[in-house]
Amino acid sequence: MVIRTDCLHLGYGDRLVLADLSFQVAPGEFVGLLGPNGSGKSTLLRALAGLLPPLRGKLLLQGKPPSAWPSRERARTMASVPQATDLRFPFTCLEVVIMGRYPHRRRFAALGDEDLAQALRALKQTTTLHLKDRPVTEVSGGEGQRVVIARALAQEPVLLLLDEATSNLDVRKKLEIFEVLRELNETRRVTVICALHDLNLAALYCRRLLFLKDGRLVMDGPVETAFTPEVLEQVYDTPMEVRWHSGHRRPYALMLPLLEGRREGIVPRECLQ
Amino acid sequence: MTTPPLAVGKLSPDADLAAARQQLQVSGRRYTLLLAALGLALVGSVLLGTAIGRLEVGWSTLAAVLAGKLGLAAPSVDRTTEVVVWGIRFSRVVLAGLVGASLGAAGAIFQGLLLNPLADPFTIGVSTGAAFGVALLVMLGVGGSYWGLSPLPLAALAGALGALFAVLLLSREGGRVRKESLVLAGIVVSTFLSALISLIKSLDEESLSAIVFWIMGSFSGRGWIHVGFLLPYVAAGFLLAGAYTRELDLLALGEEQSHHLGVAVSRVRLALLVGASLLTAGAVSVSGVIGFVGLVVPHVVRLLSGPAHGRLLLLSALTGALTLIWADVVARTLLASGQELPVGVVTALLGGPFFLYLLRSRRIRGMW
Repeated sequence: MVIRTDCLHLGYGDRLVLADLSFQVAPGEFVGLLGPNGSGKSTLLRALAGLLPPLRGKLLLQGKPPSAWPSRERARTMASVPQATDLRFPFTCLEVVIMGRYPHRRRFAALGDEDLAQALRALKQTTTLHLKDRPVTEVSGGEGQRVVIARALAQEPVLLLLDEATSNLDVRKKLEIFEVLRELNETRRVTVICALHDLNLAALYCRRLLFLKDGRLVMDGPVETAFTPEVLEQVYDTPMEVRWHSGHRRPYALMLPLLEGRREGIVPRECLQ
Repeated sequence: MTTPPLAVGKLSPDADLAAARQQLQVSGRRYTLLLAALGLALVGSVLLGTAIGRLEVGWSTLAAVLAGKLGLAAPSVDRTTEVVVWGIRFSRVVLAGLVGASLGAAGAIFQGLLLNPLADPFTIGVSTGAAFGVALLVMLGVGGSYWGLSPLPLAALAGALGALFAVLLLSREGGRVRKESLVLAGIVVSTFLSALISLIKSLDEESLSAIVFWIMGSFSGRGWIHVGFLLPYVAAGFLLAGAYTRELDLLALGEEQSHHLGVAVSRVRLALLVGASLLTAGAVSVSGVIGFVGLVVPHVVRLLSGPAHGRLLLLSALTGALTLIWADVVARTLLASGQELPVGVVTALLGGPFFLYLLRSRRIRGMW
């Protein structure tokens, strides 16, 4: 198992954010982490990344608690892309991606061909190769985010954590990033765990969904059984309709206006006026 | 309707690799050139700085003294000239260079580590903390030197670290150091400690000039013995910082990101803070508080060499040395009366307006 949790409780100080999480993630899974704002998605990802020690319970990354890993070894195993990054020093985009090679490089060793090749490949995968000599402080937010994703790819991790990493990207860029993730997932068995707000993006690429709500794991299952109107309504308190696309054979959700009687497609009479 | 094909998973061809490699080499050559130019300028400045002064020293005299002292030729100059050139002036130039190098490098470290373009040993109160440590020790009567080593830099280090942690604590809000409050806290701590230094010095019935010396900084009356005090601290500071320059690059991305990339954040940050404090403490213990060198120099260097800290540190050290050597030359020759200005006055007079100019420039404002 890449990740194994057992009765995991997470929080800050005496504020409990997530309680009693027990789940496992096997190598090669593509997991979407869903739930409303404040449901603890980021908290869980921070804990997986070793930034937040568990309050109680067990959290194991390949059999060892994240905090027990030597930092560099951990970074060769797991990469993490935050929601937004505030890059203030004018490193070039290539320099930023090369930083992803840090856990692979020996101290004082010069930059090897392998490191440079991996960095360039990561830039290419995120369609940011043309930015490589631009200062990262001067590219747009979406471009900067893709550079940061490239940096995570350059780490060559077996586990990739993404926290709303594509939320600020346009539709095309979102799909491009997720195509890269799928490619890595399918060809190199990279395990992906991504927190998302975009339900349809999750349904399109993730094969397993974890739903968090009110500090609990309320649903854990393959898209086929977890991505249902009942689950979505319960988690988001929003009327939803789920349909299956006949072409790509994936489900998608339609949100419905917050009105009564919507599930049967019945529209209240007064709205017809 | 056509959508462009996806460029997924294609390996970068060798051509890209070779091009990128070549580009890195070009930037490497640029750096080497810059390094060589600064190195040459430094050697020239040391010589010029030694030659310039109230007592005229010709090139031949200078060469004769240096050759004699370095064992390249038999001593051929009269004792007085030798003392002036070697014992007073050359040692002072070397000291100014070392202090400038320490302050320049310490500024670069603090700015990267605290993610703050306004951070430098002076603005975050570390210099004043160091000066306070020294003043306290002198008042207690533990000055002087033991076996060529002085306890003063140690007191400076304690003061520097004390002030640093006080400032970090004061600027903490919700578990994070806020960059806006950092400099504010630095100024508060620094002003408070300056007042304490003045008080200590007044109680100790020392002259006003001694107070000015500590608060504004000066190389007046400093010589080889002080170079000896300073050297171990500078060496240790540079070794510590030099070992972690790559980590410093990553830390400049922020704490969490450097964690994700495999930096052992707490350990590395502590090592770097101690390294920068060592550099500052060494500098302050021999020269008092000299502002603006650590603030301005890294910014100028960043414009020339980019933000990578391996290069930045070394170039900032060289530029800092150059800056302070010339600031000291100005400090001791500007006034016609032959009186010396505190060198901190010169660095502030030159550095203040220059920093404002830098602050207005786009590339530095981007750092906010």
